[in-house]
Amino acid sequence: MAKTNPIRALLRQAPVYFLLALGSLVMLVPFAWMLSTSLKESYQVFAWPPKWVPDPIRWSNYKTTFTSLPFGTWFNNTLLITSLSIVGAVVSCIVVSYGFARFRARGRNALFLLTLATMMLPDTVTMIPKFYLFSEFGWINTFYPLIVPLFFGKAYFIFLLRQFFLSIPADLEEAAKIDGASTFGILLRIILPLTVPAIVTIAIFQFNDSWKDFMQPILYLSKPDLYTLSLGINFFKSQNDVQWNFLMAASVVTMLPSLVFYFIGQKYFVESITLTGMKG
Amino acid sequence: MKTQPASEAGSGKRTKRRLTRAERKEELAFYALTGPWLIGLAVFFAVPMAVSLGISLTRWDMLTPAEFVGLRNYTQAFTGDPLFWQSLKVTTLYALFSVPLGLVFSLLLSLLLNQAVRGMRLFRTIFYLPSVVSGVSVMVLWMWIFNPQIGLINMVLGAFGIEGPGWIFDPDWALPSMVIMSLWSSVGGSVIIWLAGLKGIPSTLYEAAELDGAGPLQKFWCVTVPMLTPTIFFNLVMGIIGAMQAFGEAYVMTKGGPMNSTLFFNFYLFDHAFQNFRMGYASALAWVLFVLILGLTALVVRSSAAWVYYEGERS
Repeated sequence: MAKTNPIRALLRQAPVYFLLALGSLVMLVPFAWMLSTSLKESYQVFAWPPKWVPDPIRWSNYKTTFTSLPFGTWFNNTLLITSLSIVGAVVSCIVVSYGFARFRARGRNALFLLTLATMMLPDTVTMIPKFYLFSEFGWINTFYPLIVPLFFGKAYFIFLLRQFFLSIPADLEEAAKIDGASTFGILLRIILPLTVPAIVTIAIFQFNDSWKDFMQPILYLSKPDLYTLSLGINFFKSQNDVQWNFLMAASVVTMLPSLVFYFIGQKYFVESITLTGMKG
Repeated sequence: MKTQPASEAGSGKRTKRRLTRAERKEELAFYALTGPWLIGLAVFFAVPMAVSLGISLTRWDMLTPAEFVGLRNYTQAFTGDPLFWQSLKVTTLYALFSVPLGLVFSLLLSLLLNQAVRGMRLFRTIFYLPSVVSGVSVMVLWMWIFNPQIGLINMVLGAFGIEGPGWIFDPDWALPSMVIMSLWSSVGGSVIIWLAGLKGIPSTLYEAAELDGAGPLQKFWCVTVPMLTPTIFFNLVMGIIGAMQAFGEAYVMTKGGPMNSTLFFNFYLFDHAFQNFRMGYASALAWVLFVLILGLTALVVRSSAAWVYYEGERS
């Protein structure tokens, strides 16, 4: 493989790059518009014909945005909720889905279907009963409703991880079992290293979910010093007035951590798993 | 290498006879591992679900006490509410187009993003951009993209001398607009799952196929697709569940219009619950949707035995 001619390699890759560039354009244009809007004077936002490069470029919009509201506090709140949610979801879902994937028991299939079923009832209806439940616990205006349920697992991730566990051949575990390894030992030393891509996947999903969640913070957090970023941004949009440029500046900055987390996390998809000596 | 324990020979009748010690141990392990989720399932789902089922049998505006009306909400939906059928039609059409298109589109994109070329991490991140835009910004963005006069799509079409339609303001184009929007905004998430699935395919299988003289297309159909069936199954089930509950699009963009052409079922029930404060009727609608999605999912799950291949399954 190392001997391929670099020019031929480039030619072979040309169509790939062409398609990637085309697709990237489609994805980037809306983002460019957000960026451009965030740097405009408010009266320029809907000017026609549209100006992609604002004149003048108002970098100060960013300063105004982040000094006019307590974004520091909101950032910390969001970070705390997000990191605890990730820990809870990852740990609980690994254990639970390993159970679903590897252990036969009466009622397993029914319980699995029930797990899927929890995703099928629209959130809009369980919202009210759940709100009553959490207010009974005294959890209103705390972060608990946003974090604690994740320590009990999340149907979507359990389903996802189960699919991945099921595609790992059982031979190695059988061998370890014969050598006297415990269930947790097998999970930690044999299964986990093979499932890193799937685990990073759910961490990335949970990061994005918690980071941009709007519905739950608005239900459970009513004190401004408990707000998350996605809730705080809404200060720029009141009943009859939207400050587009500030709103976009806040949105652009708020979405950056999710992108960075993804950029770093994807390293683990790139590392192909080598299942050497696993041919069955 | 298939080494099944002897005790499994009659696994079809496992519930009838006494369990062996090994089987009992395995069952105990299952319940120990899934225990946390089973508790969560009961507290955070079963109880709220049961409550909502109870509410669906009442007339309740959240202010005055609920009044028990039996199945009247359900009969009302099926026999006396034309918008119920309209919203069912809209939702089904939407799912019918957005789910298969989304699957094919995101799989093809993942194959592209799985190529080993320079700068791929950056490209992958670009394709993830739509997934991280949140709340109000999404609405603002799409209002601009679909605007018939100054919007992005019609601006591009205009450059080619094509006069674009009215998109979300045209009853014939509003639903297709929603499908386009869903493709753009959901692709990032599905791509992650596809990529993880693709990385899980042992390279030895491709090497073996190459030794047998398989070309790229053959490798795709005979190695990639069969090994990806668990991922396809996952994305299909989640796609159906998500599409049938489509809500955000209609909520932020069209409010169900124009002429009810984007009246998604979930939006319609939300409207009843939080605009008209008919909690009973809204809960009944939710349970109709629930049964519908459950039925569709059960169909897919049942069919899966015939087309999903698990490398490490123990039946």
